Amino acid sequence: MKKDWSYSPAPESTDHIHIAVKNDLFINGKFIPPEKGKYFETINPANEEKLADVAEADKADVDKAVKAARKAYEKVWSKMDPAERGKYIYRIARLIQERAREFSVIETMDGGKPIRESRDIDIPLVSAHFFYYAGWADKLEYAFPGKKAKPIGVAGQIIPWNFPLLMAAWKIAPALATGNTVILKPAETTPLTAMKLAEIIQEADLPPGVVNIINGDGKTGRALVEHPDVNKIAFTGSTDVGKLIMKSIAGTDKKYTLELGGKAANIIFEDAAIDQAVEGIIDGIFFNQGHVCCAGSRLFVQESVAETVVSKLKDRMESLIVGNPLDKNTDIGAINSKMQLDKIKMYVDIGKNEGGSIHQSSCKLPEKGYWYAPTLFTDVSQSHRIVQEEIFGPVLAIQTFRTVDEVITKANNIPYGLSGGVWTDKGAKIFQVSKAIRAGVLWANTFNKFDPTSPFGGYKESGMGREGGLEGLMPYVHLV
Amino acid sequence: MPKREDIKKTYKLYIGGKFPRTESGRYIKWTNSKNMSTVNICRGSRKDFRNSVVAARSAFSGWSSSTAYNRSQILYRIGEMLEGRRSQFMDELVLQSSTKKTAEKEINQSIDRLIYYAGWADKYQQIFSRVNPVALPYFNFSYPEPTGVVSAVAPNGSSLIGLVSIVAPIIAGGNTVVVLVSEEKPLCSITFAEVLHTSDVPGGVVNILTGHRSELLEHFSSHMDVNAIVYCGSEPEEIKLVQENAALNVKRPIVYSDEDWLDKNVQDPYRILNTLETKTTWYPVGV
Repeated sequence: MKKDWSYSPAPESTDHIHIAVKNDLFINGKFIPPEKGKYFETINPANEEKLADVAEADKADVDKAVKAARKAYEKVWSKMDPAERGKYIYRIARLIQERAREFSVIETMDGGKPIRESRDIDIPLVSAHFFYYAGWADKLEYAFPGKKAKPIGVAGQIIPWNFPLLMAAWKIAPALATGNTVILKPAETTPLTAMKLAEIIQEADLPPGVVNIINGDGKTGRALVEHPDVNKIAFTGSTDVGKLIMKSIAGTDKKYTLELGGKAANIIFEDAAIDQAVEGIIDGIFFNQGHVCCAGSRLFVQESVAETVVSKLKDRMESLIVGNPLDKNTDIGAINSKMQLDKIKMYVDIGKNEGGSIHQSSCKLPEKGYWYAPTLFTDVSQSHRIVQEEIFGPVLAIQTFRTVDEVITKANNIPYGLSGGVWTDKGAKIFQVSKAIRAGVLWANTFNKFDPTSPFGGYKESGMGREGGLEGLMPYVHLV
Repeated sequence: MPKREDIKKTYKLYIGGKFPRTESGRYIKWTNSKNMSTVNICRGSRKDFRNSVVAARSAFSGWSSSTAYNRSQILYRIGEMLEGRRSQFMDELVLQSSTKKTAEKEINQSIDRLIYYAGWADKYQQIFSRVNPVALPYFNFSYPEPTGVVSAVAPNGSSLIGLVSIVAPIIAGGNTVVVLVSEEKPLCSITFAEVLHTSDVPGGVVNILTGHRSELLEHFSSHMDVNAIVYCGSEPEEIKLVQENAALNVKRPIVYSDEDWLDKNVQDPYRILNTLETKTTWYPVGV
């Protein structure tokens, strides 16, 4: 008799969740309908069912939001006693903690990520981020020796769909702490948690106009970037769009920070703790369905252990649970959108056509919704497109190496420079390699760890500026 | 006794630690406005710039991994060498329409600025590094690293102090640089290259070109193997061009407009920080 070792379903309950059928724009402290009256749908990518309608902001709405932010900046926020400013931000942090489960469930329903991740990683980090930056508000004079930090003004912030609320926190918290006001534009496939955040901002009694949240697609983002009364753009997203933003604001006085794409090298040396490294590789590439700009999507394994590592990796991939994101046992949830799923499929075809050997987990994928099985490629080299370009999905490209110098050269031979991983038991080697990798975040014997106190951001075409930590204040101040 | 003829100086470029003429064979006639004496200056080309970037890129790994103490001493040494060659710079500054008094001030400030950044070369790391108190079992620290190869367009209105003020913070931070010098007042730049050459600055760390800004700015800002561009000036069209071209490979564009480089306060470690990147490392504790 064959025993069935599969887990029983353990779904997170959704009966306490209230999602408004219609979500308006949050401008000047109020929810208001868009000028043109246009709404778009947001769906649950795990079952393709509609969750809600969301207001689409056009140029006139953007202008309204910028005016509200400008007024709040001039009249209230930049003049407020910094300690009082901090208290508002602390209050937001606390309210998010209180309503954490609600946020986690909505994040998972709207974006497709496993509840285990939204519950244990995304939402706790969101409140931690607000909590950390709240305390900076009245301590800025200690942050930049020899200089005074002045706010910039009105910040336009555009965020992606992979960590919707976390990215909102990364953007809003430091901007508010330093005395700026903001207009946030979430991604069009994941607008719902930001709308809940708007509720909290009302509840926290933040002065109207300090935080404005408007939804829409690239057109809305563009109107925000091009608005003449915006002083600062903070963008997280693709390198292509980042470059467009740089071009579009060239010649203006707008400041900007960009957190763009990546193609991180995850390097496994023969003296690493192999089982631990395999877990790290899994976490590096399959965390959040691989929708992670710092994902460890290029694996470099030292030749002597390559066979063992790849075989263990295949075993471990087989045990990953792919399916209902609301199930607490789920490891890999739904792909965020049909568009993203098509992109992943396109890259996998490219990988196969270029001669890579593919291996996929044999997991059964649900019929409705957008899904992709954990995938790895061997027999690929530096010139393959799946090695050079960001896929943003659960697809790992594996190469081998012999020497430290060789792997450093290969790891750096790419336009990106966001993150990297090093696995070895030798501390000296960790420092040698992590110093030589041209990237902003290096994980030693771990991967994909985040913390509000830890600066995050890229070298080269992975962007400029840092978010998190003291460095994260810098993009929101003028030093005089 | 027959009259002895002077030996006139040939003004060349400085690329990869050598003094070549421009590969293009072109020149710019530079004329002293008072006595109408002339000097032929190299009219640097796109190819000269590209060669310089190759030299700067090859020098980068050595320079960025040299010890901070070593970089500090080399910057100090540049100051020493400049001090020793004051009279030559004096002559050139006066030839470029400076009064003796301002020339003296400019030389003094240039030397002092080099000493200032020499001092920072092994200290900015401590000002800009942190240990981050993460809520996880990791030792997490951030520190600055050089951003890479920097192209720089020195201020047009000054011959020496502008050049020194731009180059010193870039190389103090461990970057290598290709700099386009003042078109109006190019004479001190090649003499400054001679100073660099005798100061243990490894070849390729600083590369100096003369030429037309209008011709070269496009290339300085669009090269795909340059990580940052420092532009000095206030021409809106030029600033726009630099910022637009920076988008090609996400170069860091740094613009200094309307700076009075002779002011002794126009210097700080944040100018070093402008061409640095923050790297954060997570190191496990007891895992």
